Amino acid sequence: MIIEHRKKAYIFSAILIGAAIISMVFNMIVSGTGTLGLNLGAQFTGGTLMQMNIDEDFEMTEVRGVLAEHGLEDATLQQVRNRDDEGNLIVEGVMVQTGILDEDTRSNVINSFRENWTIPDEEMMIESTGAAIGEEQTRNSLIAVFVALIGMVIYIAVRFEINFALATIAALIHDLLIVLGVFSILQLEVNLPFVAALLTIVGYSINDSIVIMDRIRENTKYKRKSEYPDAVNTSILQNLTRSINTSLTTLMVLAALMVGFYVFVGSFDLVVFVTAMIIGVVVGTYSSIFVASPLWLTLKEREFRLAAKAKAKAR
Amino acid sequence: MKNLDFRWVAGLVGACVLLLGASYFIFMHAEREINRGLDIAGGVYVLLEAVDIDEEEAPHEALDRAITIIQHRVDELGVVEPLIQRQGDRRIRVELPGYEDEETARDVIGRTARLSFQGPDGEELLTGEHLDNASAQRNPRDNQPMVMLEFDPEGAELFEEATGRFLGEQITIMLDEEVLSAPVVQEVIPGGTARIDGIGDMDEAGYLATMLRSGALPVDLEEREFRMVGPTLGERTEEIGIWAAAIGLLAVLLFMIFYYRSLGVLAAVTLVFYLGLVLGILTWLNATLTLPGIAGLILSIGMAVDANVLIFERIKEGLKERKTMMASIESGFSNALSAILDANVTTLIAAIVLFAMTTGPVRGFAVTLFIGIICSLLTALIITRLMLRLGLRGKVLRTGPSVGVKVK
Repeated sequence: MIIEHRKKAYIFSAILIGAAIISMVFNMIVSGTGTLGLNLGAQFTGGTLMQMNIDEDFEMTEVRGVLAEHGLEDATLQQVRNRDDEGNLIVEGVMVQTGILDEDTRSNVINSFRENWTIPDEEMMIESTGAAIGEEQTRNSLIAVFVALIGMVIYIAVRFEINFALATIAALIHDLLIVLGVFSILQLEVNLPFVAALLTIVGYSINDSIVIMDRIRENTKYKRKSEYPDAVNTSILQNLTRSINTSLTTLMVLAALMVGFYVFVGSFDLVVFVTAMIIGVVVGTYSSIFVASPLWLTLKEREFRLAAKAKAKAR
Repeated sequence: MKNLDFRWVAGLVGACVLLLGASYFIFMHAEREINRGLDIAGGVYVLLEAVDIDEEEAPHEALDRAITIIQHRVDELGVVEPLIQRQGDRRIRVELPGYEDEETARDVIGRTARLSFQGPDGEELLTGEHLDNASAQRNPRDNQPMVMLEFDPEGAELFEEATGRFLGEQITIMLDEEVLSAPVVQEVIPGGTARIDGIGDMDEAGYLATMLRSGALPVDLEEREFRMVGPTLGERTEEIGIWAAAIGLLAVLLFMIFYYRSLGVLAAVTLVFYLGLVLGILTWLNATLTLPGIAGLILSIGMAVDANVLIFERIKEGLKERKTMMASIESGFSNALSAILDANVTTLIAAIVLFAMTTGPVRGFAVTLFIGIICSLLTALIITRLMLRLGLRGKVLRTGPSVGVKVK
């Protein structure tokens, strides 16, 4: 039933991937950088982030004025909100994001804030990353993803066969491209936990595909090739409850994380992590059913055709 | 509820109580004992890099000496469990959990603190090299705070000579570029001791003594990365993380119970124990729990559930083929095994690569992921199996609606 409509699934996925690639290339050309068209955060590009909770009323224009004294008119400002004891949303302070500031400038800025408002030490956060460190971390993360991929391909090729490895990796690249595409299209800021999210998606996507591949391997044993499409269909159906249940429970956990981190304004870093994971889980479940499984069949049929041709030639 | 075999049911209930009780104690223990990272305990983190380091001249040694000095200074601050380590050839990583005074921390870590005594003409008479000890005291005469300096023999000689030469004139005591005090020499001072007067309060005297004692750093260090989280912010983050974990776990448990009925109840007990096991191992390994770590932990719940779901779906298949409960459970485990193993090993590869190739927050995530996978394999294949067998013997598990299967 799914196999008969596999062309439609291929076209749908091709459209999504196309959109992702177009956005990434377009943003790369517009920004003139080799950042995959992603909006890289301070942890990658280098920069300083200061969160100061202000114990009294203040206006954002006043904050801007203080920053201007230090030549930081271009700083990105964000209100930090939280809930008070009665559950009302209150403005608690401000998050200032600038290019990299050295120790002394940072101290001066904080001191000017303190001349205007009371800012408790225990409710302050500072994060400063040098550009070289950021670049290094980007490079290390990309290499890590690549090495992990190679390791997984080798494992699957050894435990299953090469067609399973190819189908699984194709589904994986499909998932990663779509997640990257969404972040590129929406220009959501990407940080270090995002890399962790990508790697988890790698694990999740492969996990999902392998479980179905395991079924296909089992169901195609001792079958003639004309029975393969039915076997793949059966495998997908047998596995459907598991796919849905596992995705649902993972999504429940992620939803809880999202509510925790976002609504109660905990860590913006991890909102990115959770967003990426939610997209990854949905796309990963989809691709294990509609991409990996049919693709394995397509690859297998091609293998049979080639074998038949070789046989015909030999005769 | 007839036909229950109560001896086995008692065994099953006992196992559940044991697992949940053990989990409860581990949770309580972990809550007290587990190392919290800077992002949840609050604190200061600095990554320093040596600049203008002489490559010929054993750079490691200079860095290691700098680390010893920083360690010494940090100890004086009274930070609990600071972490100071060399990272690569020219970097030093300093973590001060629970410490919130950003400026003092920076001074203590990075400052070169060069002490010198200068004559009226600016000539350098003596430096901190010859200093044996420095301590904060109160002057017995007027009870004012002061810093007592003790020189080594060579320093004592130099100091005696200097005070002789500049009797009645000013000697300036400088720390880096800052004039600490400029007393007029009243008499020749033998015996190798001197004092610095005119200090605001005892805290300042103590701080100054620390700076002097710990001496100058052998290399110039520049800050490459800096992070400070106030403890209140950190505490809130931890609270949110724990709430999210609790709600996520509860939702998953309810879902499992609702969908798999009696199988789900047994799985729920196993999953709680799974979480306890992971936390217990993290505490035991002295691993540091960070926010990404908590996220990894919560996520690994999803993976632990997956193993259970795979097994249960196979059991249901067996039941639908009208196999007995016992045969279904056995075939469920053996049929699900290859999928569970292959899926977990591939994720394990990702966790190992992450751990080996990254630093900082991503690495913390990899640690929890790794331990999570191992524990989920162990609990699914051993504990879940044990529980199902107990349930089977006690005749709690039987074909039909109690495991959510309709047999036609």
